[in-house]
This record gives sequence, structure tokens and C-alpha cells, in this order.
Amino acid sequence: MDASTAVAPARNPKGVGGRNLHRFANPGRFLRLSGAALPWLAVPGLALTAAGLIWGLCFAPADWQQGDTVRIMYVHVPSAWLASAGYLGLAVCSLLSLVWRHPLADLAAVEIGPVGAGFTAMCLATGSLWGKPMWGAWWVWDARLTSVLVLFFLYLGHIALVRAFDDPQRGYRAGAILALVGIVNLPIIKFSVDWWNTLHQPASITLTGSPTMYVGMLWPLLLAAIGYTLVFAAIVLARTRAAVMERRIRGLLMARAAPDAAEAAMP
Amino acid sequence: MNHLPFVAASYAIGILLPASFAITAWMRMARASGQLAAIDPRRQRGAPSARGAKP
Repeated sequence: MDASTAVAPARNPKGVGGRNLHRFANPGRFLRLSGAALPWLAVPGLALTAAGLIWGLCFAPADWQQGDTVRIMYVHVPSAWLASAGYLGLAVCSLLSLVWRHPLADLAAVEIGPVGAGFTAMCLATGSLWGKPMWGAWWVWDARLTSVLVLFFLYLGHIALVRAFDDPQRGYRAGAILALVGIVNLPIIKFSVDWWNTLHQPASITLTGSPTMYVGMLWPLLLAAIGYTLVFAAIVLARTRAAVMERRIRGLLMARAAPDAAEAAMP
Repeated sequence: MNHLPFVAASYAIGILLPASFAITAWMRMARASGQLAAIDPRRQRGAPSARGAKP
């Protein structure tokens, strides 16, 4: 049994985008490339995360209003960014799966789900730990907090939906549709602090303007954010590698079982 | 109010949760790789220890 048959074949590989995408659909090629990329994501990711967190905890200045509680930001903000970025990755994989039938996109989407849910839970938990001393409440039904909670439920819904069918392909398809519908929540999360009068503060770092944050706090935050992003990517890549190998194992075991079953059925 | 417990709890979550994901992903990958090496005929052909085992 060839490796390419271990994954459902592409049904619509035509078109320039489809051809380029399907160059990486071969499981053997994916395992080779991802195996080479994994150390380059994991090692710098761990180093940068450790550097950012230690810098933020021990050497960055305390805030004049929040005091040491501002140090929660070095965990909370990267996890919040990755909660949204992870969902965007999930939606892109879902699009690749639905439009181009990319066989590895299904697996990647399934593996992004739990990791994204974990980082969203981390964002909610650390936000709550910041809110209690600063706002005097663990939780408020603020637009930003509520939209991130909805994101967490979307992740959980995706995880549950892809596992709810006996036929995995139907589960992947239903999960992909849910992921694409749920992407409407991402701009709501981003602009919730602008559209509504929220307790959550507006963004301190934007792509268009200069950051409204002291540079001694900005650098550890950026280090932690880059580090967590690399760690997130490494975890998803490792899980996807494992899923590809598990699919091939199932294929090989089924191929072995089929002749045995045929022999047993013979009179 | 002492805020350090809140900071410590946040850092504990920020370290332990990604670490648990990373460890489980690594273990799952290693287990799958081992199983695949044991049953994949192409890998068995390529592995030095398996060479010569079959005629």
C-alpha cells in the first residue's frame, strides 16, 4: 500500500492554486518536510517564550497604576492573539478542505481545534486572574470577554462536531462549515473594544500606529508572543504528523485484515 | 491586596498548559512513529536491522 493511498485522494486538484497546494498533499513529503521543520519551530519557540516570560516577570518595570499585576499581560496577550490566529488557521484549513479537498487540511483542522481551545482557555483564565484584582470581578459580560467566550465555544463545537460522525469525511465537512461560519466572530473580537463601550481596554499595539506602551514592556511582550506562536505551530505540526502516521497505520492494518477476512470466509 | 498570587497563577497556567500540549503531542508522535516502523513494509525494508530478515 502506497503512502498516498493512506489519505483520501483529492477530488478537485485542478487550477494553479490546487496544483501548488497538492504538491504538499503527499503524506510522505509532508512527514519529511515537517520533520525537518519541527526542531526549527520548537527550539526557538521554547527559548523565546522563556526569555519573554523571564524578562516580563523579573526585569520589566511594574505599571504605575496596575503594579505587578501588569506582568499577567505577558501570558494573557500572546494567548489572546493565538486564540484568534489559531481560529483563522482552522478556518483557512477548512476552506482548503472544502474548496480544494486538500487531504492534509482536514487533519490539520482537527489538530488545530484542541490546541486553539487550550490557548483560548488560557486567555480567559489569565484575563480572569487579571480582572479580579483590577476590576474587582472574575468575570464581566463585557463585549470583548463575551466574544472570546463565544470563540472558545466555537472551538469546542468544532471538536465535538468532527468526532460526531461514523464517517470521518462527513465530520470533517461539517466541522469545516462550522469553522467558516464562526469566522464572523474574529472581527467582532478585534473591534469589540471600538464598537462598544467596554470595560476591557483598547489595543495598545496596532499594525498602523506606534504602540502606546513603554518599550521596556513592549520587548518582552513581543518575545513572548513570537515564542508562543512558534510553540503553537510546533504543537500543531507534531499533532498533524502523528495524525498522518496514525491514518497510515489504520490503512496498513485494514489492508492486512482484508486478506485474512477473505481467507476466513472461504469454505 | 497582594497581587502576586494572581501573577503566579497566570504564569503557572501559561507554562503548564502549553507544556502539557507539547508533551502529549510528542508522546503521540513517538508512539505513532514506533507503530508505523513496526508494521510499515517500506520502513522495514529501509531499516538496517530489518535488512536480511526477509529473503
